[in-house]
Amino acid sequence: MAEYRKVYGLGAEFDSAHDLLHAAEKIRDAGFKRWDVHTPFPVHGMDAAMGLGKSWLSAPVLVGGTTGLVTALVLTMVPSFGIYPVIVHGKPFNFFTSPAFMPIFFELTVLFSAVTAVFSIMAFNRLPMWYHPVFNWKRFERASDDGFFLVIESRDPKFNEAKTRELLESIGGKHVTLIHD
Amino acid sequence: MSDAVVSLECPKELERVPLVTSARKFPWITQAVSEIVENRTPVWWWVLFLPLSALALFGLTCIGYQISNGVGVWGENHPNGWAWDITNFVFWIGIGHAGTLISAILFLTRQKWRTSINRASEAMTLFAVMCAAIFPGIHVGRVWMAWFLAPIPNANAIWPNFRSPLLWDVFAVSTYFTVSVLFWYTGLVPDLATLRDRAKSRVVKYIYGIFALGWRGSNRHWRHYEMAYLILAGLSTPLVLSVHSIVSFDFATSIVPGWHTTIFPPYFVAGAIFGGFAMVLTILLPARIVYPKLDDLITRQHVDKMAKIILLTGSIVGYAYLMELFIAWYSANVYERAAFWNRAFGWYGWAYWCMMTCNVVIPQFFWIKKLRTNYIAVFIICQFVNAGMWFERFVIIVTSLAQDFLPSSWGHYSPSWVEIWTFAGTFGIFLSLFLLFMRFLPMIAMSEIKIVVPEADAHHKPSTAH
Repeated sequence: MAEYRKVYGLGAEFDSAHDLLHAAEKIRDAGFKRWDVHTPFPVHGMDAAMGLGKSWLSAPVLVGGTTGLVTALVLTMVPSFGIYPVIVHGKPFNFFTSPAFMPIFFELTVLFSAVTAVFSIMAFNRLPMWYHPVFNWKRFERASDDGFFLVIESRDPKFNEAKTRELLESIGGKHVTLIHD
Repeated sequence: MSDAVVSLECPKELERVPLVTSARKFPWITQAVSEIVENRTPVWWWVLFLPLSALALFGLTCIGYQISNGVGVWGENHPNGWAWDITNFVFWIGIGHAGTLISAILFLTRQKWRTSINRASEAMTLFAVMCAAIFPGIHVGRVWMAWFLAPIPNANAIWPNFRSPLLWDVFAVSTYFTVSVLFWYTGLVPDLATLRDRAKSRVVKYIYGIFALGWRGSNRHWRHYEMAYLILAGLSTPLVLSVHSIVSFDFATSIVPGWHTTIFPPYFVAGAIFGGFAMVLTILLPARIVYPKLDDLITRQHVDKMAKIILLTGSIVGYAYLMELFIAWYSANVYERAAFWNRAFGWYGWAYWCMMTCNVVIPQFFWIKKLRTNYIAVFIICQFVNAGMWFERFVIIVTSLAQDFLPSSWGHYSPSWVEIWTFAGTFGIFLSLFLLFMRFLPMIAMSEIKIVVPEADAHHKPSTAH
C-alpha cells in the first residue's frame, strides 16, 4: 500500500439517503467545514443539512443574458439605423421599425444565458476535474449507482484521524476508509 | 362528534400509482439502463441499422445530386417556390418540440413522470432539428453561399435583413439547437459518470470519463447543477414556444391568402407538440418491446399521459382548423375564402381531408381509456398523427402557393424522385442516429429517475435498516 502518500481524508458509507442526511446534519453541527457528501442523485434537503445556502449560479446567467440582449441590440440597430441601412420594398427603416428585431433580441438573450449557465456549472464546480482523490477509493464507484458517501477532508482544522473515524462510525458510517491523494 | 374525525388513510382509488413499478431499487435501475449500452450489440440492431443507414446515405446522395445540378432537379417551380422542402423542414422542426416540452415545460410544472422519457425525447429533438436544418440549407440552391445568412461583415457589402422572418428563423433554429444540445448534455453528465464507473474496459472508461468531466456526485456540485438545470428549463420553455412561432411567421407575415393569419403561432406550437409526442411514442414503444426491463420505467401510466397530451393538442389543432375556416368566411375577403375553398375542394382537397382525418378525427379515439393503454392501438394512432402533421404542412404550403390570387399564375406541383428520396433519407438519418444513441448513451436519465422512487426521499425511513 501507498502509505507514503498524502492523506486526503476519511470516507464513510451510509445505507440510505435518509441516513446520510442525518449524518450530514451531525457533521455540520460538529463544526466541520471541508467535507462533502456524494450521492447518485441530488438528495432533497441536503443543502440545508450541510448548511449550504442558495446557489448563486443565477448571477452569472443574468450577466450572460444581458450581454446577449446588448449584443442583439447593437447587431440589429447600429447597422440598420446607422452604418448600413437595408432598405427593402421601400419600407421605412427608422427606429420605429425596431419591433421587427424582437425575435433576435429574444433568441440571443436565451442563447447567451444558456451558454453562460452551462459554463457556470463548470466554473462553480471546478469541472472538468478528471482526477480526484475520492476516485482512489474502490467502494466510491458506487457513488454513481446506489452508494451514499460522506467524505471529510484532512485539511479541515477539526480533522483528527482517530477522532474523526470514531465520529463517523458513531453516526452510522460504514466502511470508514482513509483516502489517499 | 367522533364520527366527524377525518380518516387520514388515502382511499385506494385515489392512491398515486408509483412512477417506477415493481418497487425497483437503485441498483436495478442502474443495471437495467446501463446494460442496454454495455451488452453486446443485438442482432436486431444491425438488422435495423444497416438498411436505415443505407437509406440515410441514399438521401445524402440525393442531396449531393441536387447541389451539383441545382434546385431544378426538384419538382418545385414557379409559383410553388416552397413545397416539399419547407414542408419537411416544418415537419421535422415540429417533432423536436415534444422533446423540449418534456424536458423543460414538464420540469417546470413538476411533472415527475417526465424523468423516464426526457432523455430519449431530447435526443429525438436534436436529431429532428438536424434533419430539419438540411432542407432550408439546401433549398438556398447555392449552398456554398449559405454563410450569407450570418451577419458577418464582408467585402461583398452584404448584410442580412434583420426585419425578415427568414432571418429570425436562422436565429431561432440555431439557438434552439444549441440550447437543446447544452440542456441534453448537462442532463447526461451524471449518467456518463455512472457508465464510467461501471466500465470494464480501460478505453471505454477513458471515453466516458472524458465526457463525464470528472463528475463525482458531490452535493456541493449538485447544488449548482440543479440551479443550472432549473435555469436551462426556464430558458427552454419560452424558447420552444418562440421557435415554432417564428417558423409560423415565415408564413403569417406574408400576404399570401391562407398564410396571412394571426392564429398561426399558437396553432403551429400546438401542432408541433402534437406531432412530436406521436414521434416520441413511435420510437419509445418499440424500444420497450426490445428491452422488456424498461416496462417498469416507462409504464402504462406514461403512455396514457402522453396519449392524453396528444388528445389535448390534437383538439387544439382541430379547433384551429375550424377557426381558420370560420375566419375565412367571416373576413368576407374573396381571396381568403377562395383559398380555403380550394384547400378543401381544390386540386389538393384529398390532402386536406387526409389531414383532417388523421389530425382531428383519429386522435379522438384517445378519449377511450382502453385504447390509451393498449400499446398497439397507441402506436397505430400515432402513425396517423405523424402522417397527418406532414399533410398539414403540405396543405398549408402548397395549396396556398399553387392557387393564389390570379388564376393565370396558378400552377400544379408534384414532387420529383429526388425530393421524395431526400425526405425518405432524412428518416434514415433520424432513425440511424437514434439507434446509435441507444447503443452508446443511457436512453433513460438514471440520476433523475432515481429521485422519483420512494427510497430517494431523505425523510423516507428505510424499512430494512435498523
